[in-house]
Amino acid sequence: MILSVILCACGDSPWNNPYPTAPPDSNTLYSAFNERPKHLDPAQAYSSNEAEFTAQIYEPPLQYHYLKRPYTLVPLTATQMPTVTYYSATGQVLPADTAAQRIATSVYEVHLRPGIDYQPHPAFARTAEGRPRYLNLPPDALNGVSSLGDFKYTGTRELVADDYIYEIKRLASPQVNSPIFGVMSEYIIGLKQYAVQLQAVARAQPPGSYLDLSRYPLAGVERVNRYTYRIHLHGKYPQFQYWLAMPFFAPIPPEVDRFYAQPGMAQRNLTLDWYPVGTGAYWLTHNDPNRRMVLERNPNYHGERYPSQGDVGDKQAGLLRDAGKPLPFINTVVYSLEKETIPYWNKFLQGYYDASGISSDSFDQAIQIDAQGEPQVTDAMHGKGIGLVAAVTTSNRFWGFNMLDSVVGGQSERARKLRQAIAIAVDFEEFISIFANGRGIPAQGPIPPGIFGYRAGAGGINPVVYQMLNGQPVRRPISEARRLLAEAGYPDGRDAKTGTPLVLYFDTVASGPDAKSRLDWMSKQFAKLNIQLVVRSSDYNRFQDKMRRGTEQLFEWGWNADYPDPENFLFLLYGPNMKVAKNGENSANYQNPEYDRLFDQMKFLDNGPQRQAIIDQMVTLLQHDSPWLFGYFPKAFTLRHAWVSPSKPNLMANNTLKYQRIDPMLRNKLRADWNQPVLWPLVFLLLALVAAIAPAIWSWRQREQGSGR
Amino acid sequence: MIVYLLRRILYAIPILIGVNLITFALFFVVNTPDDMARMHLGMKRVSADAIGKWKMEHGYDKPLIYNDTAVGSGQLTDTIFYEKSARMFALDFGVSDDGRDIWNEIKVRAGPSLAIAVPVFVIGLLVNVTFALLMVFFRATYLDFWGVVLCVMLMSISGLFYIILGQFLVAKLWHWVPISGFSTGIDALRFLLLPVLVSIGAGIGSGARWYRTIFLEEIGKDYVRTARAKGLSEWRVLFRHVLQNGMIPILTGAVVVLPLLFMGSLITESFFGIPGLGSYTIDAIQSQDFAIVRAMVFIGSALYIVGLLLTDISYTLADPRVRLQ
Repeated sequence: MILSVILCACGDSPWNNPYPTAPPDSNTLYSAFNERPKHLDPAQAYSSNEAEFTAQIYEPPLQYHYLKRPYTLVPLTATQMPTVTYYSATGQVLPADTAAQRIATSVYEVHLRPGIDYQPHPAFARTAEGRPRYLNLPPDALNGVSSLGDFKYTGTRELVADDYIYEIKRLASPQVNSPIFGVMSEYIIGLKQYAVQLQAVARAQPPGSYLDLSRYPLAGVERVNRYTYRIHLHGKYPQFQYWLAMPFFAPIPPEVDRFYAQPGMAQRNLTLDWYPVGTGAYWLTHNDPNRRMVLERNPNYHGERYPSQGDVGDKQAGLLRDAGKPLPFINTVVYSLEKETIPYWNKFLQGYYDASGISSDSFDQAIQIDAQGEPQVTDAMHGKGIGLVAAVTTSNRFWGFNMLDSVVGGQSERARKLRQAIAIAVDFEEFISIFANGRGIPAQGPIPPGIFGYRAGAGGINPVVYQMLNGQPVRRPISEARRLLAEAGYPDGRDAKTGTPLVLYFDTVASGPDAKSRLDWMSKQFAKLNIQLVVRSSDYNRFQDKMRRGTEQLFEWGWNADYPDPENFLFLLYGPNMKVAKNGENSANYQNPEYDRLFDQMKFLDNGPQRQAIIDQMVTLLQHDSPWLFGYFPKAFTLRHAWVSPSKPNLMANNTLKYQRIDPMLRNKLRADWNQPVLWPLVFLLLALVAAIAPAIWSWRQREQGSGR
Repeated sequence: MIVYLLRRILYAIPILIGVNLITFALFFVVNTPDDMARMHLGMKRVSADAIGKWKMEHGYDKPLIYNDTAVGSGQLTDTIFYEKSARMFALDFGVSDDGRDIWNEIKVRAGPSLAIAVPVFVIGLLVNVTFALLMVFFRATYLDFWGVVLCVMLMSISGLFYIILGQFLVAKLWHWVPISGFSTGIDALRFLLLPVLVSIGAGIGSGARWYRTIFLEEIGKDYVRTARAKGLSEWRVLFRHVLQNGMIPILTGAVVVLPLLFMGSLITESFFGIPGLGSYTIDAIQSQDFAIVRAMVFIGSALYIVGLLLTDISYTLADPRVRLQ
């Protein structure tokens, strides 16, 4: 401690400041990551912890409007929204309202803004003669190089259409394992064959050598001119525009790929997965995922301005205060590795992180529910100026029945009534209250709020489970569930024919003391109907295996939206997507020809009354068949310090860092106030030490004197 | 002694092969290559093609131990076990399943692990031995009694509690040091102080009690009575003679863990945000990265064998009567 005192007494910053070298008033945002991102290559990165970085660095042609709801796509590097042209099988141009079945191909044409430059990177560096400085390096050229900063020269160049085309080709490359290749190969013309072609080329080359995709054309992408490219799709796929807002469709300069493919680069972790290259508002200047990752303002950023329009109420909330100002506001973002929630939370309270989620452990310390049932920050948090931002996520958590199971599955009246009875009995209002600290809303169907097709109020309730009483949806009484159970052939939870109790099996990856209360609660819900629930906990691999083979009976699952379209939730119950045999995302293996027919219609329609009507029919079918206990839609709670300007949660866009603003002077002052070292324990500890040693010395002296006598 | 050491080193080879085999079997009983691929590719939209491609890229598309489609020695060498394990005996650990060089990573992470483990080991040993000798010095008095009570209390509390209490009191309440994090150079001391103190404190109970037992056994021996009869002070008897003769059991426990200090501490590193080898191992287990798991188990086993050898050598230094044959 004394050593620490000596060390820290030299500086002005608090002793416990984890960033002592940073100037206290620097325009820097402090955040954390608990797991190092596996991929920063835009063709591979898919997880949210990866998107937190890639979305700030890479720029696909489109992005989501920061403030508008429902979520709206706007151009990012494109000059305008892509134009879509439909063609018949004979190559004739078709009008926009042509039935999807008649459309053979769709062509998306994207026009890019000229004058957008990449961040500085050695791959762009050129010699005085104009030759690439760091391409075709001799074997010993990388001696002494361990990071990208060890290259003396960097350069930049303008973003062009070829870069976007190159990235689309990379989705099929055998050297890049892109998670969306399967989906995209169904739509982008020639992508599947292109992957086969590239595999053959790669096999013929020495292992690990550069695969120059520029040499192999892909039928489904077309360069029109320097700033324009076209993507050709099979049939009609309106959801494709959302993919154009994801980093999978961001530009990759071929020379960068070639730079990283040189011998010795991968051994030094000099890869696109470690050092991304983009045109975005930030670039990754320091990547030590064992400790810290730093994003800094891209010096070559093309510039963008804060939106001038928002939703109703955004102006009052102060969200338009920066309208028209150039982005980004923050210069540097420091992400520190923080694996555990307790240190993260405590550092947030000390002011060393600017925002924080709320774990169950700290929920009561942070949040109280007011008289209207609304969550508010506690007085202690309010006193520190901490504010709460809450939003319902575009995701769901549900409990599913395996529709292939002989007891709970199938379309028979018996099985349906059994599922409906269970749907009434499992009280998700109670679940949310106990296990999610109230952070969620009970789901009436598969589509969460904020996505087209979601219906709020009386029109949106699940009539199988709820009834309206005094204008409020109320869960149907358990007696109704028991009646349905009896009609299903299980009066009082026993088989009417054999008299044996009904035993159901719940498969889950949850286990151990932490999950016990939740699993006990689940058993209790089934016990309301005298159904015995056997919990089969297994590790993640075994659970996945059961799901693939269809040997589970009941399971829990969830889905985070890829894009804000109802298709992205309703496809989770589409027959051809079933998990068993098809390896799709329909985990319940639900099959209903009528539902599938409606889905095929719905997915091609634009948002509007016709589409809403079809979605309503589909949701009604699901509520009736009850292949899922619809569970709940989680709410995300975020706490922000007083020095962080108001911001609007945007659950679809990940590139929102550029809209954030902080007041570093206020932060510096409050940090100093909150972190004054408390010195009395030092004195107390010294006294305690003396008090502990004194009797020992006294006793020793007594003994020595005693032995002397 | 050299012959003895050579013999022990030769014994180590089958032990390491056996450890490798067991690690391999245990890992692949729980995780199939398909499971590993799914874990690495993520949870959404993982197709059978993508799994096949990942396995091919990472060399997991071969049979585990025996390849009946190969001919000759290829039946044993053209397998996952041979290709992934044999190179480790040449200290070539290859790359992790996410493509990063394992040896580089070990080199980078060994420093932070040692920065905690070495002071904890050295200071902890000194503190424990001193505390134990003091209890022995005051044996059968109320100081000894309360010292033992304190030790039992300390060893009854979970290590995690010390970490949380330390972070709460020292970092959160008193604001003396950062709660977690790591830095390099002299600034690292501020980050290491708390984890080191907490780790030492958590080990005092069991350590001091163990050494007290050793010293109490020694203190009843004839040579101690002789030393006292010569008129030596109790202080000198304890620190000069009892401590020296109690070294063999102390060395048994202490020297064997010396090489393992490289391996780091799983919980401490995780809670204090120290980027060491302990957190590297635990992350690899969680992400089913067999390449890292097998490398760390291999290094751990090899270091343990080295530790046992060092223990044997240390016996000869501590007790001239011991001969290694």
